[in-house]
Amino acid sequence: MWELFPEAASTLAGKVDRLFFFSVGVTVFFSGLIAGLILYLGVRYRRRSVDQIGEPERAATALEIVWCVVPLAISLFLFAWGAQLFFEQSRPPAGATTIYVTGRRWMWQVQHGSGRREINELHVPRDRPVRLLMTSEDVIHSFFVPAFRIKQDVLPDRFSVLWFQATGSGSWHLFCAEYCGAEHSRMTGRVVVLEPQEYERWLEAGDRAALPAGASGEHLFEALGCAGCHRGDTLAKAPILAGLFGSTVKLADGGEVVADEGYLRESILFPSAKVVAGYQPLMPGFRGRITEEQLLELVRHLKTAKNP
Amino acid sequence: MTEGERTTAAAAAPALRPESYLEGDHGLRSWLLTTDHKRVAILYLISVTFFFAIGGLMAVLLRLDLATPEGDLFQDDTYNRLFTMHGIVMIFFFLIPSVPAVLGNFLVPLMVGARDLAFPKLNLASWYLFNAGGAFTLWSLLRGGVDTGWTFYTPLSTVYSNTWVLATGFGIFVTGFSSILTALNFIVTIHRMRAPGLGWFRLPLFLWSTYATSLIIVLGTPVLAVTLLLVVAERAFGIGIFNPALGGDPVLFQHLFWFYSHPAVYIMILPSMGVVSEIVSAFSRKPVFGYRFVAGASVAIAVLGFLVWGHHMFVSGQSVYASLIFSLLSMLVAIPSAVKVFNWTATLHRGAILWETPMFYALGFIGLFTLGGLTGIMLASIGLDVHVHDTYFIVAHFHYIMVGGAIMGYLGGLHYWWPKLSGRLYNRFWSRLSAGIIFIGFNLTFFPQFVLGYLGMPRRYHAYPPEFQVLNVLSSAGASILGVGYVIPMVYLLWSMRYGPRAGANPWGAAGLEWRTVSPPPTDNFTTMPVVEGPPYRYPVPSETPT
Repeated sequence: MWELFPEAASTLAGKVDRLFFFSVGVTVFFSGLIAGLILYLGVRYRRRSVDQIGEPERAATALEIVWCVVPLAISLFLFAWGAQLFFEQSRPPAGATTIYVTGRRWMWQVQHGSGRREINELHVPRDRPVRLLMTSEDVIHSFFVPAFRIKQDVLPDRFSVLWFQATGSGSWHLFCAEYCGAEHSRMTGRVVVLEPQEYERWLEAGDRAALPAGASGEHLFEALGCAGCHRGDTLAKAPILAGLFGSTVKLADGGEVVADEGYLRESILFPSAKVVAGYQPLMPGFRGRITEEQLLELVRHLKTAKNP
Repeated sequence: MTEGERTTAAAAAPALRPESYLEGDHGLRSWLLTTDHKRVAILYLISVTFFFAIGGLMAVLLRLDLATPEGDLFQDDTYNRLFTMHGIVMIFFFLIPSVPAVLGNFLVPLMVGARDLAFPKLNLASWYLFNAGGAFTLWSLLRGGVDTGWTFYTPLSTVYSNTWVLATGFGIFVTGFSSILTALNFIVTIHRMRAPGLGWFRLPLFLWSTYATSLIIVLGTPVLAVTLLLVVAERAFGIGIFNPALGGDPVLFQHLFWFYSHPAVYIMILPSMGVVSEIVSAFSRKPVFGYRFVAGASVAIAVLGFLVWGHHMFVSGQSVYASLIFSLLSMLVAIPSAVKVFNWTATLHRGAILWETPMFYALGFIGLFTLGGLTGIMLASIGLDVHVHDTYFIVAHFHYIMVGGAIMGYLGGLHYWWPKLSGRLYNRFWSRLSAGIIFIGFNLTFFPQFVLGYLGMPRRYHAYPPEFQVLNVLSSAGASILGVGYVIPMVYLLWSMRYGPRAGANPWGAAGLEWRTVSPPPTDNFTTMPVVEGPPYRYPVPSETPT
């Protein structure tokens, strides 16, 4: 019923808490200083006769400079500390496991690399970096896990990335933090942190049948006709996609791009935006023809398949 | 009557009190068609008090509902509409107009030593625009209200919400023009109508902060108007601007919205800072310490306020480097804010301090604003903001600035200038008691919300996990105390208008041109137009008969 400070269950949480405690210290010190001065001066110099007046004082430029410089120094220090922490928060370590999250009014849909899916729950391994690749099917949501001290808005038509490394086994609150309409406060769930071996077992168990037949990335790749051009042989009219993810692609306009999820997404929806060098812009755009979930499935398939 | 005749008349019959602006023509028509800045101020006082009562009632209902984790009082939809309308009414129809349109309208001509504002008819027009916008917003409230949050984030507001977004947006759009007209009037009046001898560095600090506020209003409000029009274009005509399904960018809306709405925070707090400067000086009977720094800090806050909007968007997906720059610039706002707080505190040193009701509010403001400002620095530090963004920590922080700051300043100003405005003194006991109740109720309402926020309770949540209940009940209890604290002044101030003792020209023995005319002032403000011979806040105040 009653707690005052949240538990810390990720590698980042303790670092955020340290910055918080320092800032609370600064706040308590200066609020106490000002309140104390007001009370002391207010009593010490209270008016003792009806027509008493105060003693005017000359401007003290040195004093003014001091109370410009001190707040400046403290706030710059807090800026630097917060900025350094933010770099860590916004850069997932290499080798993090990617899990796909779709926000939709008013639920979270999660899909693991193995194909296992869940709703309003996210199972993750302890002590392993996890990277969430998130998108929304409607309005802006925000993925917030207080025990991990992390939060990231989830936008429609865009991938947002969030990462964490859980340190505490157990079950933690998951909230939508960006107001998204009627049942915003019910768009909640839990993050369940498992021991790594437990997580492996969990991934392989469970009902992967929850995925409707024909909705998997492998199936979509055939059904949407992708395989017709993106063939693995020399007759292909389109680039070979095996091993594409993470590589550097040379573009027709002379530029280069790293094939990350954002690039795959863009190339499926708007193929002519970045045409690969040596190919014609023949591919039709799939914008409006596939759902966000199907898109995530395709991206997942392209990332993992050795030979799509 | 020419200037010469009036002087002669005053000299011939010094005992004759000139007819005050409240006397004379009493008819409803004379009030509704008045161009007297003092009467327009009273009209605004009535309007904003009405909207404050509505917004406050909604706050009480919200807090009542939040006393249980499941929110047993309302449905989700009702709750969402209530917090949206609470924000819209309080921000656009109370906080923004409160100090400028009531106290500013009343005081700017008196403080510069003029008979009226530069454009008296525009001033009246501003009140009508304000009420037209307010009526439109209330109409949409009665038809079912709006549920997007006062922030109108897209594509929720332009595509998914099926409430009265356009009607409410139109109401805010119209009201924006009333702010612009008021601000324009203040800028021109302060530039062109100062009494002989009243140089810029002889202006009372209330005018410095009013001037800085007016600049923000004139520069910022049109951006809000444009943004609302773009929302209309998308929602009503399907023109893709913010909706990604139509090729738009939802984050663009946030940039445009906060480009106005962050400076709007300073529109709300700067005027109250001006009030605090006046009160601290008057009740210490000495000039504000570091006058030029305090004046400059107002302008600095106005300028910096336009450069920090991106700190509302650290987790929105804006570029990491943009976030870093916005974080750095936000930190700079700490300096002029700290300069004000330190100078007010230093003003007390060797003062002749009288603990009267306005001083309670002013000193309360300094303490609460300090806490609100320092938690603002925490939020500007990105690494920390990521966790507390969109939680109750933010709710607590901005209520410390808006309620603990802006409303404390407004109430302090109202109590300080009430004898001038009404010509009467109010009850000391009840006014001090209610100031104490408000201070305690405020802290009990909002301090637990800092704790709730760090625990992770998101804002705009109708239902919440049961472990947050104790802190929520504390907050709700505080809100009921705060509500009582706000009702008491309405009673004793109205009471004083009829039964209060006459105030006399200068009941506080304060410096300032407004105290050199009778209370309430005559329609033309001064019988002989004042000439300023020195810097402001000079004590002792010459005990001449009011002119």
